[in-house]
Amino acid sequence: MKRRDDILVTSLLAVLLGLVAGALLMAAIGGDPLEGYTFLIKGGLMNIERIGNTLATAANLTLTGLSVAFAFRTGLFNIGAAGQMLAGGLCSTAVALLVSAPRPLLLALTILAGFLGGALWGFLPGYLKARFNVHEVVATIMMNWIAYWTVYYIVPARLKGAYLETESALIPAAASLKTRWLDALFEGSYINLGILIAIVSVLAVHILLKRTTLGFELQAVGYNRHAAESAGIRVERDMVLSMMIAGGLAGLAGVSFYTGYASNMQIGVLPSQGFDGIAVALLGATEPLGVFASALFFGVLHSGKGFMNAMTEIPPEISDTIIATIIYFTATSVLIGRLWRGWRRKNAKRRAKASPEGEGA
Amino acid sequence: MSGTLKGGPPVEHIVEMLNIRKEFPGVVANDDVTLQVRSGEIHALLGENGAGKTTLMRILFGLYRPDGGTIRIRGREVRIADPNAANGLGIGMVHQHFQLVHNFTVTENIILGNEGSFVPDLAGAARKIGALSKRYGLNIDVNARIEDVSVGMQQRVEILKMLYRDAELLIFDEPTSMLTPQEIAELMGIMKNLVREGKSIILITHKLREIQAVADRCTVIRRGKRIGTVDVKETSQQEMASMMVGREVSFKVLKKPASPGEVVLEVENLSVLGSRKHRALKDFSLQVRSGEIVGLAGVEGNGQAELVEALTGLKRPLSGTMALRGRRLNPLSRRERIELGIAHIPEDRQKHGLVLEFSLGENMILKNYYRPPFSRRGFLRFDRIREHGERIIGLFDVRSGRGVDSPAGDLSGGNQQKAIVGREMDGDPDLLIAVQPTRGLDVGAIEYIHRRLVEQRDRGKAVLLVSLELDEIFNLSDRIVVVSGGEVMDVVNVEETDEDEVGLMMAGVRREGGR
Repeated sequence: MKRRDDILVTSLLAVLLGLVAGALLMAAIGGDPLEGYTFLIKGGLMNIERIGNTLATAANLTLTGLSVAFAFRTGLFNIGAAGQMLAGGLCSTAVALLVSAPRPLLLALTILAGFLGGALWGFLPGYLKARFNVHEVVATIMMNWIAYWTVYYIVPARLKGAYLETESALIPAAASLKTRWLDALFEGSYINLGILIAIVSVLAVHILLKRTTLGFELQAVGYNRHAAESAGIRVERDMVLSMMIAGGLAGLAGVSFYTGYASNMQIGVLPSQGFDGIAVALLGATEPLGVFASALFFGVLHSGKGFMNAMTEIPPEISDTIIATIIYFTATSVLIGRLWRGWRRKNAKRRAKASPEGEGA
Repeated sequence: MSGTLKGGPPVEHIVEMLNIRKEFPGVVANDDVTLQVRSGEIHALLGENGAGKTTLMRILFGLYRPDGGTIRIRGREVRIADPNAANGLGIGMVHQHFQLVHNFTVTENIILGNEGSFVPDLAGAARKIGALSKRYGLNIDVNARIEDVSVGMQQRVEILKMLYRDAELLIFDEPTSMLTPQEIAELMGIMKNLVREGKSIILITHKLREIQAVADRCTVIRRGKRIGTVDVKETSQQEMASMMVGREVSFKVLKKPASPGEVVLEVENLSVLGSRKHRALKDFSLQVRSGEIVGLAGVEGNGQAELVEALTGLKRPLSGTMALRGRRLNPLSRRERIELGIAHIPEDRQKHGLVLEFSLGENMILKNYYRPPFSRRGFLRFDRIREHGERIIGLFDVRSGRGVDSPAGDLSGGNQQKAIVGREMDGDPDLLIAVQPTRGLDVGAIEYIHRRLVEQRDRGKAVLLVSLELDEIFNLSDRIVVVSGGEVMDVVNVEETDEDEVGLMMAGVRREGGR
């Protein structure tokens, strides 16, 4: 329990320090930090439509964050969420454009295709790591570019729309994750079924890690592969499996982004959500529920920054800088944790000294 | 009290650490500890792991600043700010883990950090080192490369390093943990030479037998407090052990004669490749019967690790067969072997035994989490896991802050080991492979684990004990298999041999009339 509290405090402290740093920056370029933050938050949460947009942004980030966090928990560093997202997006877009089926079945197929596409993109680095000890950071980065160029080839060749060479055809309404009832509920925002995929995935990963034998085994391999191997666990198979699940989660982010948030797939873009996922996972302390919370927070920053820019002189890049600073502070969370514990100890000592029964003077 | 090195009052102290106190957050590592070392003596510092020996020596070596107390060197009060200051005062430390550059020669290593000029005078240094080596009987080749010399020789290089820097007081930190029995005997001789030539020595150890062999006096500390200083000649090992642990301990494991039954483990002509692509195990054969403990004696790196890896399924043998109760093990996976009844207490408990980030309870199901009653349809059953963990920690007296919920990494080494022993003995395995089951543990924990191993034997199970400690081999085994260079030197009954004979065979010398 105590450890949990420490983690929470560390994450909140990182956010706070990031916001302070952002305020200093705003002040430095002559803006009013209070005004800036007011519009930033308003931009994210002002009305039901903006809340919907924030949730839609958070859905993609939750899924890539979950992908990175899951890999972390099983001892792997997944830098390839962007590529897995592209692979998933490509597969689901292909299903959405080429398959005709009743809407529920079509949606199910789209989602499944996205998961499998991402999983395939996770499988290769996982296999290379397990079999030939190729570091997954290197392999996943290279897979990012393979995905990038695969999309570059396949979209114009097979999925192109009527006019533009650089993007796929529009996703038909029957295959889109956008739905009328969500549209109505959030007054025409970007929100789509992706948020439900994200919530279900958060719960599924939470249960997988906390309650199942598979999660137990995968985490044992992640923490100490030697002990896991000694205990009879098939370490190599589990590494591949972990990377496939992580890849699949990022693949779902591709589904949510390309067939929900956006309405088609463009070529020549490596989605930034893949890398933002690392930040989301870190700030969420690699806990599924924490990932969801931190994705919501980043969602507010992302969707509010345009509004802040429109209403003040403060450029939207400030918002990205805040995110970057927070990442910085979370990455050095060990240091922050130490500061926090030191401060608490000092306080305890001071209190002990103040009371007469404290350690003999 | 102020004595000088030559002449002066009859009792003179080279080092006095008076009323030393050192606190770390939450623990008092040294509480009013006093240590007085006479010049020209070997003074042993005895205590269990975590008793505060290392902290005290780090203070003396300038690595920690004490919170209270004074340090006097030759009667003069000093402040030791860092290891360089300690060296300047004539204090040298022979570390437990050698700090040598492997592709440098002996001479280069010794002058490292003390080269004198931009172009070091290697020939002059080699002459000086050669003379020192001769004077103290170290018998070392100054031009040999470190990677080519034995562990015992490397230790001598460490000693020479201190002598080269004119150390008067040498601190030996657990110096025998890596040595063979013969090397230990030689080291003892060297230590005696050193004091004969006027040096003083502090020997940090928890091995009573070594204290008895070389030390003049012994200071015992327990839980950060000094219990007392005794004259070694007038004190028995029993008494020192009780001072160290705080209660009576027995060294000899009480055991009935073994009544071995049928063959449980049969290894025939096994050859296994080692990490350096050489044949680490050559045509190795071995039998372990039910109701007996077979000890595998050998110097580290003579094929023991490869045998264990082959038996437990971590490594595929080149040739030969292994069978448990007649069932061939070769084609079975690791998990299948575990299910068949092979348990394994690994040598490195933190690397191979436990997942330190997992709780104690989770660690107790590491091998059988997937089976009922711990899981049902892929889901863990936490109530059963908790019960299971609590039963084991109760049975094996594993102490931890929050019981089964404590992270395994928070436990002391002894308790981690007891937890592993508990897990491995649970479920009554037919064969228990115990590798260095008491490495780095203190007397109390050793006694406990030894008793458990004998109980396992008495229940009619087979135990294969792999240990580098001859004491342990002799204490527990019914039969001893001596291995050297990956080959069986001989198999002897424990009553029909002694440590000298086994020690010689470990060094590769075959017994007269042996096979």
